[in-house]
Amino acid sequence: MAVCIAVIAKENYPLYIRSVPTQGELKFHYTVHTSLDVVEEKISGVGKALADQRELYLGLLYPTEDYKVYGYVTNSKVKFVIVVDSSNTSLRDNEIRSMFRKLHNSFTDVMCNPFYNPGDPIQSKTDLMKWQPLNGL
Amino acid sequence: MADDALFEFLHMEIVAHVYKEQATREDIDKERVTCVSTLELMGFRVGQGLIERRFTKDCPTFKEDLDIMKFLCKDLWSTIFRKQIDNLRTNHQGTYVLQDNKFALLTQFSTGKQYLEEAPKYLAFSCGLIRGALSNLGLESVVTAEVSLMPSCKFQVVIQKL
Repeated sequence: MAVCIAVIAKENYPLYIRSVPTQGELKFHYTVHTSLDVVEEKISGVGKALADQRELYLGLLYPTEDYKVYGYVTNSKVKFVIVVDSSNTSLRDNEIRSMFRKLHNSFTDVMCNPFYNPGDPIQSKTDLMKWQPLNGL
Repeated sequence: MADDALFEFLHMEIVAHVYKEQATREDIDKERVTCVSTLELMGFRVGQGLIERRFTKDCPTFKEDLDIMKFLCKDLWSTIFRKQIDNLRTNHQGTYVLQDNKFALLTQFSTGKQYLEEAPKYLAFSCGLIRGALSNLGLESVVTAEVSLMPSCKFQVVIQKL
């Protein structure tokens, strides 16, 4: 199960970070922050390679001894980062992709909410509810 | 998508409402500026939301600003106004002119020069729409519109290079 989910805005500040509270949240904030470098590298790297279909799903960004970090970027340069516990039976790629797809859909719904100003931290309760099953909290 | 007429009527009412609200306040010039800004800001937010919604379905590679403008002219315009932009011109220095010969929000006015002074009010929302869409795609811009003969109008987009 995912231990941490983060939504990062185009200007690289976090819109929403949520992690399993039993472990140090600061550590996850730090992990997500360092993963941004890898995301940037992947985005700019693919552009040069003249890929016809640029995938939104970036795949495994980097593994640490305890966790694996996966990334996904939307066309409006909003990044999603999911940190998964390595000790679990490794989740298949498809499952991670479907998690990202659900996250993307919830994010689109948040954007369409008239009470949400793009660029503000996400505080919608409904979306927090939606992301609970992903977190397994 | 619902009937086109719905959005057209709603848009007309929005413009009328914004102007009525401001009419009770100060002098004429300030009123015009604030009304146009209000409408433009509305369009901006709508543009951002639309891109987020419509854009998640496919993932085109936008290598250049021109590709983004073409996408705007074809896909976005068809989604909103059921037709594409008729003419796109550029000077390749960041300025683009989008010409629509039969702009959906202006067809009800007249097919000539009558009501020409009132036309800019009805274009403010669409200018904001374009600006919002571009902003969410990563391009800061300034969008203005001009009308010389209804129902055709031109939107001029100047991309701000940072």
